[in-house]
Amino acid sequence: MGFKIIVLAKQVPDTRNVGKDAMKEDGTVNRAALPAIFNPEDLLALEQALRLKERYAGTTVTLLTMGPPRAEEIVREGLFRGADGGYLLTDRAFAGADTLATSYALSTAIKKIGKFDIILSGRQAIDGDTAQVGPQVAEKLGIPQITYAANVVSAEGGEITVVRRLEGGVEVAKGKLPMLITVSDAAPECRPRNAKLVLRHKKGTAATEWSAADVDADPQQCGLSGSPTKVKAIESVVFQAKESKTLDSSDQAIEELIVELITNHTIG
Amino acid sequence: MNNLFVYLEIEDGKVQDVSLELLTKGRSLANQLKCQVEAVAVGTKLDKIGAQVFPYGVDVLHTFDDARLTPYTSLPHTAVLVKLFGEEKPQIALMGATNIGRDLGPRVSSALFSGLTADCTALEIGDHEEKKEGKTYTNLLYQIRPAFGGNIVATIVNPENRPQMATVREGVMKKEILDANYKGKTVAHDVKQYVSDTDFVVSVIERHIEASKVNIKGAPIIVAGGYGLGSKENFQLLHDLANTIGAEVGASRAAVDAGYAEHERQIGQTGITVRPKLYIACGISGQIQHIAGMQESSMIIAINNDPNAPINTIADYVITGDVEVVVPKMVKFYKKNSK
Repeated sequence: MGFKIIVLAKQVPDTRNVGKDAMKEDGTVNRAALPAIFNPEDLLALEQALRLKERYAGTTVTLLTMGPPRAEEIVREGLFRGADGGYLLTDRAFAGADTLATSYALSTAIKKIGKFDIILSGRQAIDGDTAQVGPQVAEKLGIPQITYAANVVSAEGGEITVVRRLEGGVEVAKGKLPMLITVSDAAPECRPRNAKLVLRHKKGTAATEWSAADVDADPQQCGLSGSPTKVKAIESVVFQAKESKTLDSSDQAIEELIVELITNHTIG
Repeated sequence: MNNLFVYLEIEDGKVQDVSLELLTKGRSLANQLKCQVEAVAVGTKLDKIGAQVFPYGVDVLHTFDDARLTPYTSLPHTAVLVKLFGEEKPQIALMGATNIGRDLGPRVSSALFSGLTADCTALEIGDHEEKKEGKTYTNLLYQIRPAFGGNIVATIVNPENRPQMATVREGVMKKEILDANYKGKTVAHDVKQYVSDTDFVVSVIERHIEASKVNIKGAPIIVAGGYGLGSKENFQLLHDLANTIGAEVGASRAAVDAGYAEHERQIGQTGITVRPKLYIACGISGQIQHIAGMQESSMIIAINNDPNAPINTIADYVITGDVEVVVPKMVKFYKKNSK
C-alpha cells in the first residue's frame, strides 16, 4: 500500500530577478512587473513526493495551493510532472493573511482533503523567506514535523527517515507518520515537465477550487482578522550614499591603493 | 510576569553566540520597558549555563534538564515553551533565526496564537495606533525586517497577542557583556510537568555537526564575490587574494545559488551580517539583500565592470574593471609592497 501525500506549494513573484521597475515610485512593490513562478523549494518538495510515488506503489500526490485564481497554474505544473491532482484555495476572505492565518486556512483545507500520511512543502517561499508556514500547519494539524530536509530516505513500517541539512552539518531524523516535512534548497532539483503529461493536462481545469466556506474556515481566523501581526510601516530601502573615489584598473591605480591600505594598516 | 524571554541555543554545553547577542539586545529593550530578562535553557547538563548567561544581564534562568532534550527535536522543546509562556506570560520572546529557532518559533507561535516575525534586522520599542479601531498601544516591539527579496523594509507589530515573538539571525545584533558580576537566579523545572512521552515522536539517529570552519563573522577583512564572477574557477582568485592579505572569503546569495561558493560563506539578509574593517566586493552588483549584510563595514572597495552597479554608491573606492584583471594585480602589488 502506498501513501497519501499532500504537497503545499505557493505561487510567488520572482524576487530573484527584480528589475528596476519592480518597485513603484511610492516604494510599494509593483507585482505586475514580476513574473509569477512556482516557489523553488516547493518544487523540490514536489520532487521528493514524486520519488516516493515511484518507490511505493499506490502512492498519490496531491497539491494544495492558496492564492488568486491564476495560482491554479501551480497545480497544473504539478500535473505536468506527475502529480495526481490538486486543490486551489481561493477566496477574498484569505487576503492579507500573515503566516498564522495562512497556516490556519491550509490546515482547514487539509482536513477537508481528509486522510493523509505525509505533507511535504518547501522550507520557505522566496517572497517572504519566513519558513513559518510549514511548522505552523503541522502544529494546527497536531502532527510532528521534520524541517530542512535534503532527502527523504525511506518511509517504511509507518516511519519516515529524513536527512536534514543544517548549518554546519547533517542530521538523520526518524519519526512516525503522519509527518510534515519541509524541504530545503539542499534537496535535488525537480524533474522537468513530462511531454505526455503536458499534452494531457495543458487544457481544462487543473485544480479543484475551494472557497473559505467550502473548507469550513472560520472567517475570524482568516485573512487580516486572523493575523496577529500587523504591518505598521513599509519603506523602500535607501542606503546612505558615500562619496566614493573611482579608480581604473591600471597597474598604477591598483598599486597606489594597495600601498595606501598597507600604510594606514587596513591590511598587512 | 510580562518579562522579556530569550530561548537559549546550546551546543555541547555552550550557549551559542546568536543567543548571547539576543540577550544583549533583550537587556537593552528590557531596560526601556522596565522589565526583567529571563532565559530558557532546554537540554541536558545545564549546570554551566548560568555562568555563561548571567553576565549579559539575565535576571532569571529557567532550566529544563533531561537527557532526551538533547539533541533538539521540535515537539519536546515546543511543549516546554508553550507551557512556560502560558505560565509566565512574557511580553516578548526572542530566538535565533537558526535551524532550531526557525523550526521552534513558528510551532510555538501557532500553539499560542501569537505573532512571529522571522529574521528581524532591528528591534525597537515604540507606540502604535490602530486607526480603524481608534486604539493606541504603547511600548510595542517594532519588529523590523527586509521583505520581498530585500527591496523593502517592513515594520511589524503584534498589537493584541502575547508574547510578541521574533527571530534574529546570528551577527545581526552585537554581543556585549553587561556586568561580569551580574546576579541572576536559576529556576530548575520538573521536565515531566512540561513534556509528555508522546512528544518524543521524532528521534535523531545520526548527527554530524561541526563548528563552522569559515569564520566570516569575526574576520577583519572579507573578500566577497558575486554572480559577476561567472564561475567557481574565478572564485579561486578571491581565495588567492584572501590568503595573501589574511582575509576570509564571502559570497552573495546569487553566487551561492550558482554554486560558486558554500552556503556558510553567504553574506546578506538571508546569510550572515558582517562588520569588517575592510570589505572587498568583487563582481557584486549590490542587491539590497546583500548590502543589508555588509553596509556597516568600515571601508568598502567595490570591483565591478559596471560603473553603475548599486554597490558603488556605498563604496569608499570603486575600481571599474574586470575582477579577473584587478584581483591578481592586488595580489601582486601586495606581495611587492608588504614586508
